[in-house]
Formats: sequence, structure tokens, C-alpha cells
Amino acid sequence: MTEPILTVRDLCVDYITDRGPVRAVDRVSLEIAPGEILGIAGESGSGKSTMAQALLRILPPPAVIAGGEVRHGGTDLLALSESELREMRWKRISMVFQSAMDALNPVLTVGEQIVDTLRAHSAMNPRQARERAAALLTRVGIPAAQLDAFAHQLSGGMRQRVGIAIALALEPSLVILDEPTTALDVIVEREILEQIRDLQSRLGFAVMFITHDLGRMLQFSDRVAVFYAARLVEIGPAAAMRRAPRHPYTQGLLRAFPSLHGESAGHESIGGAPPSLEHPPAGCRFHPRCPLAMDRCRVERPEVLEIEPGHSVACFAVT
Amino acid sequence: MTAPERGRRIGIALWWDAIRRDRQARTGAMVLAVFAFIGIFGPLLVGDPQALVGIPLQPPSPHHLLGTTGQGQDVLAQLVVGTRVSLLIGFGVGFAVVLIGAIVGVTAGFYGGRIDAALSLLFNVFLVIPGLPLAIVIAAYLPTGSFTLALVLIVTGWAWNARVIRAQTLSLRQRDFVAAVIVTGESDVRIITSEILPMMTSLLVAQVIGSTIYAIGAQVGLEFLGLGDVSAVTWGTNLYWSQNDSALLTGAWWTFAPTGLCVALVGFGLSMLNSGFDEISNPRLQLERAWREHLEHRGMKASRSTPVVPEHD
Repeated sequence: MTEPILTVRDLCVDYITDRGPVRAVDRVSLEIAPGEILGIAGESGSGKSTMAQALLRILPPPAVIAGGEVRHGGTDLLALSESELREMRWKRISMVFQSAMDALNPVLTVGEQIVDTLRAHSAMNPRQARERAAALLTRVGIPAAQLDAFAHQLSGGMRQRVGIAIALALEPSLVILDEPTTALDVIVEREILEQIRDLQSRLGFAVMFITHDLGRMLQFSDRVAVFYAARLVEIGPAAAMRRAPRHPYTQGLLRAFPSLHGESAGHESIGGAPPSLEHPPAGCRFHPRCPLAMDRCRVERPEVLEIEPGHSVACFAVT
Repeated sequence: MTAPERGRRIGIALWWDAIRRDRQARTGAMVLAVFAFIGIFGPLLVGDPQALVGIPLQPPSPHHLLGTTGQGQDVLAQLVVGTRVSLLIGFGVGFAVVLIGAIVGVTAGFYGGRIDAALSLLFNVFLVIPGLPLAIVIAAYLPTGSFTLALVLIVTGWAWNARVIRAQTLSLRQRDFVAAVIVTGESDVRIITSEILPMMTSLLVAQVIGSTIYAIGAQVGLEFLGLGDVSAVTWGTNLYWSQNDSALLTGAWWTFAPTGLCVALVGFGLSMLNSGFDEISNPRLQLERAWREHLEHRGMKASRSTPVVPEHD
């Protein structure tokens, strides 16, 4: 693997509550290579979005980053000052938010918002910025005439494309897509993902793609990381994960996912419910629901270990 | 997630907590408590404020702690007795204008259409009329007295509150959670009292506090101009008589400085108190408090970006 563009080491994020800290991201380590699409999968509350927002340091109170290291091109993002962070955000790492409607200002035109983003970070004059905004819109498949449209005049898919255009405005080396297509129907979703893929291969940025749709993610990503109850449980090449997932949780997720082709063997669900992060089970957090649980799983935390090149799992039954 | 029972405080306990946990609010509450004590029990502890007890315009002395007025009355007695009336009018007017403002504003904002047009017209008219001059004119025509003064301040003071509350209601009415309770068939009254008004608690408290400060200031001002009942003993008439006796020319500072200081202190106390109340209508801020304390405990300040707080240091 080439020099990673982003390295996360033992990242911990706490939410501070009246009753003490609740760990929402627990010692997560991962890397993203330049030009790679890394999918982050996990159910609601598994910490995937929290982790992504922690990378940009945009988690609102009561969150604190309780430890770890985030390196991007030689800088430690956790050591940056407020003004350095402002510089880093968007120029180096940008984000497409879940709800395009809420991320766009209803009283400004789409063009004005792109121009604002451009001018906040560069010395462009208004005319240059507008030309660039038009180019950006065309790039994501929206006619430049829509520069003067307001958010409510666009469809959900178009709004999300605008969000993508704004995210790409400063040519960042990493774009975080935080469930960008959750609010869209499957056809628009596919179009947008194909568009991102296409832009990504042309412009060469890396993508961190967060979703709870594991099937979509396996198609779309180069590598996939699976989160469970604030921890990373498995990370590996998408092909290997699809073919031979190793962690019992990932296996369960994939079995719960009906296949359009092949045998109609039916699917099964994982019994039980994800644990509360306030009182997580000791040892491996999946053990209460795990078919392979051993005594050791109940007391000792499994570390994420590499089982084959590029494929790592946190499970005693596997490693 | 577990039920939030344990962390949740409601009703009086919540209000008490809001004041207790915020240093500014605590300071304000203590200042106001002192004045409340003076207002309630003070008149029992000092003599008749109208009695001519000594030589006029005596500076403060052990015998008359704050000196005497131009008529030879005890300044301390007048100040203490004046506190009761001034605070009563101040708080009474403060609550009354917000109550009227809330009723008119919420009705206009919630029902919209013609009701809104009519009520908006009404409070817009009151808004364009300059408040203090109108107050002077009304006060000059009506029989003088504290009640008149309060009435004048209410008539000239409610419109701004109504306007702000109407705007806030319009905004809240658009929220999805209000749309959701309309669909579930809640009555209008219930939607207003249990969905919309609680969201405005901090606004209403800020308005009561702001209006009370305004009412105290305006009342003292009007009385100073001689538009109150000059034979009553209030902070405003104290200043009126002080001016009447040319206190500034003769250098008798003790006849006006204590009253002025009291007006300023009550205003200060009320402003301080305000800072604790944002949390009441925003449970999220209650969570942020734990977060802020967590940071302060480690010598850090709340920042806009997610703070980095290593565990082991």
C-alpha cells in the first residue's frame, strides 16, 4: 500500500453526560490510501458518523476526543489550532452531509453558496468564483443555469449533487460522504454513487463512504470497515468481505441481506439487539449475540489483527 | 438507550437548579433576594418615612445613616419604604406586559390570517407610538398614583413583546413536531400550552426580566418628572424631591445616590439572573453543562471545534 492519505490511530470519542462519559468511538484505527474508496458500515449508534465528524473536529457538544491520533499528510489534525482547522476543513477534507435539504441555506441561491465556499478559502474575485461554480455544477451533472436556483426548486437528488459540488469545490484530497443517499430513492442513489465514482477516478480524491446499507457499500467501495458498538470489528478489501467475511457480526449482516441472484435460501437475522454504550458488555461487545462466543470473549477484548494482507478482524474465534 | 428519568429535572426543581448551577444567575438571585427582603420586611424595621426627624440636608451620620432630605426626613427610611412600591410596580408590570404580549402574540402567530392581521395592526400601532411621551401624556391626564403609573407602563409596553412572541410562534408552528401533534388531533389550547410555549420559556423569562427592568426605569423616570403621586414614597419621588431641593447644586449627594444605586443594582441583579434560564427550554444545554465542566476540570475552555481531551494526563 502506498503512503496513506489519512491515518487514524486508537481514536476515542466520548460524549460527556451528567452520568459521566459514554464512549462512542473506542480505539478505532484505520488508514485511507490516496484515491481509495473506504466504506464504513455499521448500524445506527455504532459510532461511524461520530468517527467521521471527529476527523474534521466538527462534533458538537457534548463530544470530546478522548485520545488517539489522526494524521493527514504529515499533520496531526488533533493538534491543530482553530484557525488551522478552518484552513484544513474543506481544502483538504470535505464532507457531504446526510440531509442535503438542511445543508443548503434556503434563502441563498445554489450559486451564491458555492461562491461563498470558494471565496472563503481563496482569493478569487466574484466573477472567477461564479465561473468556477458553474463549472462545478456541470461537473456533477447539473446545468449551469441552475446557479440561480434556490434549494427548494431542486429535487432531492439535485440538492445532494449540489452538496457534492460544494464538497469538491476546493479539490480536497479526501471527501467524507456521511450517508449521502439515505434520503433518496434507489435509482437516484445509484446515479449519484456512479457519479461520485466517476469524479473520483478523474480527480483522484479519496472517499470515506458511510452508510448502513452494506450491500450498496460492498459494490461501491474498494475496502470496507465494519463498526459494532463503537468499535471496529473488521476491515478488509470489499471483494474479500463479500466473498468471505470473517467476523461473526459481518457474517450475520451479510446473511441478513437477501440476494437477488442465486438460491432463495432465505436470510436470517442476528438475534438480540445492539448493546447500550452506557453499559457495554465486557470483553468482545458482540459476545452476547455471537454464535461462536467462547469464555475468553466474555472477559477479554479482542484486538484487530491482520489475518491476511489488508484484511483484519477483531475476533478470537478467527485470529 | 435507558430512560432519561434520572438526569431529568422538571418544574420548580428545574428552575431552582438553573439558578443554583449558574454563577451569574446565583449572584443575581442573591441581589434580588436582598431587595425582596427589604421590600417585604424593610418598612417594619425603619420609622415613618414622612416624619420630620431632623435638620434638613444633613450628610450621613450614625444617627441618620444616609442623612436627611431637604424636608428633614430620614433618607434610609424613604429608600427602604420606596423599595416596596417600586419593586411591586416593576415586577407587576413586567409580568403583565409579557402575559398580554404572549396571549396576543401566540394567538396572532398560531391562527394567522385575519386574526393575525387584526392583532398585528393593533400592536404595530402601539409600536409606532413613542412609549415614554405617551406614558407622560396618559399619566398627566389620569389621576396620579402608583396604579395609574402601572397601567400606563402596561399600555405602552406590551406591544414589543407581542411582536417578538408572534414571530417566534410563526417559526415554531412550522416545525415538524407541531405538524405531528396537529395530525394526532391535539386541541389548539394544548398545542399552544404544551408544545409551543415551553419552547419559548427562555424567551419569556428574558422578556419578563427585560420588561421589569424597563418598568422600574420608566416608573422612576416618570415619577422623577413629577408625573407620579409626589406625596407617595417611592424611588422615583425620592429623586423628584431631591431634584426639587436642588440636591445637585447643594452637593447633597446622599439624597439621590442611594436611590440611583438601588435602581442600578436591581437592574444588574435581574440581568444576571437571566443567564441561567437558557437551559430550561433547551435540554441540550443541560448536557453541554456536564461537557463544559469536564473541560474546565482539566483547565480547558469550550471551543468551537471538538476539543481533544486525552484521558491520561
